[in-house]
Amino acid sequence: MLAAMSGGVDSAVAAARIAEAGHDVTGVHLALSSNPQSYRTGARGCCTLEDARDARRAADVIGIPFYVWDMAERFHRDVVEDFVSEYAAGRTPNPCLRCNEKIKFEAVLDRALALGFDAVATGHHARLSDGVLRRSVDEGKDQSYVLGVLTRKQLSHAIFPLGDSTKAEVRAEAARRGLTVADKPDSHDVCFIADGDTRAFLAERLGAAEGPIVDALTGQVVGSHEGAYGFTVGQRKGLHIDRPAADGRPRYVLSIEPVSNTVTVGPRTSLEVLSIVGERPIWNGPVREPYEPITCTVQLRAHGEVYGCRAQLSGDSLHIELDAPATGVAAGQGAVLYDGDTVIGSATIASAA
Amino acid sequence: MGTAYLDHASTTPMLPEAIEAMTAHLGQVGNASSLHATGRRTRRVVEESRETIACALGARPSEVVFTAGGTEADNLAIKGLFWARKRPRILISAVEHHAALDPAYWLGDHHGAKVELLEVDEHGRVHPDTLRAAIACDPDDVALVSVMWANNEVGTVQPVRVLAAIAHDHGIPFHTDAVQAVGQLPVSFAESGVDAMTVSAHKVGGPIGTGALLLARGVDPVPVLHGGGQERDIRSGTLDAPAIAGFAAAVHAAVERRPATAARLSVLRDDLIGRVRQAVPDVILNGHPVERLPGNAHFSFPGCEGDALLMLLDAKGVECSTGSACSAGVARPSHVLLAMGQDGARARGSLRFSLGHTSAEADVDRVAEVIGHVVERARRAGLS
Repeated sequence: MLAAMSGGVDSAVAAARIAEAGHDVTGVHLALSSNPQSYRTGARGCCTLEDARDARRAADVIGIPFYVWDMAERFHRDVVEDFVSEYAAGRTPNPCLRCNEKIKFEAVLDRALALGFDAVATGHHARLSDGVLRRSVDEGKDQSYVLGVLTRKQLSHAIFPLGDSTKAEVRAEAARRGLTVADKPDSHDVCFIADGDTRAFLAERLGAAEGPIVDALTGQVVGSHEGAYGFTVGQRKGLHIDRPAADGRPRYVLSIEPVSNTVTVGPRTSLEVLSIVGERPIWNGPVREPYEPITCTVQLRAHGEVYGCRAQLSGDSLHIELDAPATGVAAGQGAVLYDGDTVIGSATIASAA
Repeated sequence: MGTAYLDHASTTPMLPEAIEAMTAHLGQVGNASSLHATGRRTRRVVEESRETIACALGARPSEVVFTAGGTEADNLAIKGLFWARKRPRILISAVEHHAALDPAYWLGDHHGAKVELLEVDEHGRVHPDTLRAAIACDPDDVALVSVMWANNEVGTVQPVRVLAAIAHDHGIPFHTDAVQAVGQLPVSFAESGVDAMTVSAHKVGGPIGTGALLLARGVDPVPVLHGGGQERDIRSGTLDAPAIAGFAAAVHAAVERRPATAARLSVLRDDLIGRVRQAVPDVILNGHPVERLPGNAHFSFPGCEGDALLMLLDAKGVECSTGSACSAGVARPSHVLLAMGQDGARARGSLRFSLGHTSAEADVDRVAEVIGHVVERARRAGLS
């Protein structure tokens, strides 16, 4: 088995567990930048030279072979460029989800299988048994959402050894096993944006382009911006609108129109949606494809709220009708469907109303 | 399952003579610069070692400057001669080890050096005419020429003597990195005519962390390390007497046995090449077909990633090298192969097997046994 080792505590314990269970394990650190220093410094990310060293040390302690695989080109093309072009198209992508879909469980998995490995193990907090993906027992750390995009085939070659443990248990186990990464802080934000400033990262790549901010209720231009890509549906801060709204209430980003470079704003009530259309549906759970509506729940962003809903597949789309209105539903994010704590499918949000 | 260690060019096991010589001195106190009896005894160890090394390598004892290894010796030669000569041009072969290339580039970035790479042919050889033409552009502006004796990746041997003579025609000092050559090829400092020559202990069966720069009389590089004035004031720092003793024992033994070792390794190496070709008919042997180190076999496996090959071989107990520079363990296509005109894909699908004094037929058998299957696997994984 191949254990993907980021240099963090989770993947180190995951690798240790499968090695201890008697599997033949090889640790692999994915180099995601051809110029690793340019990414995060310190212990926050997962792609620095320091992280590579931490992963190597963990592999040494566990006693498994260790290699670095250069995935920089694939990562740049499938995750970083996708991230930029999605923003440019007025959507809000989730790069972690994309990385799981395209890097860890496509590029890495394909290579691993070709080289004779049976499966790829990661330190994600999610349960997987008999190909069925479920939430971690640690609800606060659950990562089933960012794995919901994996196909049945991808899941059949995946191993998540940490799903039955809480993060606290994982840290304690790391310390017990003598893994020096036990106290390493969790990674946050987007690993390839060194300073965490997404808007500046995008501005550097997409350039500044002034455009109007339009009030949805009055149709009037109420402000201007330096590039529509800098906004996310549901965003309230950073709009810099000088005129107060007629109703005196705060305004939120309702939609982003990249062609006319227009950001439309309005009251919070206008953000509420009941109906979502998803594209590129993945049906990966123990439930049959719902060509008739089924009752389930849906999560619309990482660590987001869960909504009761009815979901139905038709053609290449997934239609989701929410039981109660949701706000801040952004195109480009994943909609992951659950039956209780079991993932049953997912789609990329195309539109919401 | 034993391991077939075929990475002697990275480092080779210490010779028993070297271990004995080194350990004999490890427990003894002594600074070779001290004037008292203990110091004199230590100084004697160092000086006898210096004589042994000089004798084995065709140099005078006074020409041996001890350093902490090959990288330091290369740095001292290139930076030191550049600074001493006060001229801008550094002519250096495109296939040098990074220990030679990077000091030159650094001088280019920070000290106004004009670094000019000497091109090589498809086998990695620098042609005398290439050097002649490079010098002829402006002979008075050349600070030094640096061309390695034998290449660490593909094993190609350079016509060092001819190249050194060309440099001398214009009064230009010539440096050669002979780290891979000593113990495998006949190396005589005096006969080669070079002015500065880098040697490393651990490539010939001595300890890691010790080496020397051989400097002909009258060649005085500006020091890189300043301090107590040891080693003709060229290289300050307390001398590591036990390691130097191990270094000398290793050089002495390796050079003495060189004809027999080289003959034995050539046969093993040719057997390895033949059997790899048999298992993988489209394999390409890199480097010069004849003028190469007896222990070196360097291949390109079309359609494979060197990393994948290395990992699969490692799992089968065969240890070799991709021979490329690493940063965070990420392989880049080798500058040596690129300079030889190979494309990036072929360069990335390369492996170096290097044999040394402990290599035996069983090692070659192990490679022959697994290489076909490993290449097939790596091919399926393709170039990602």
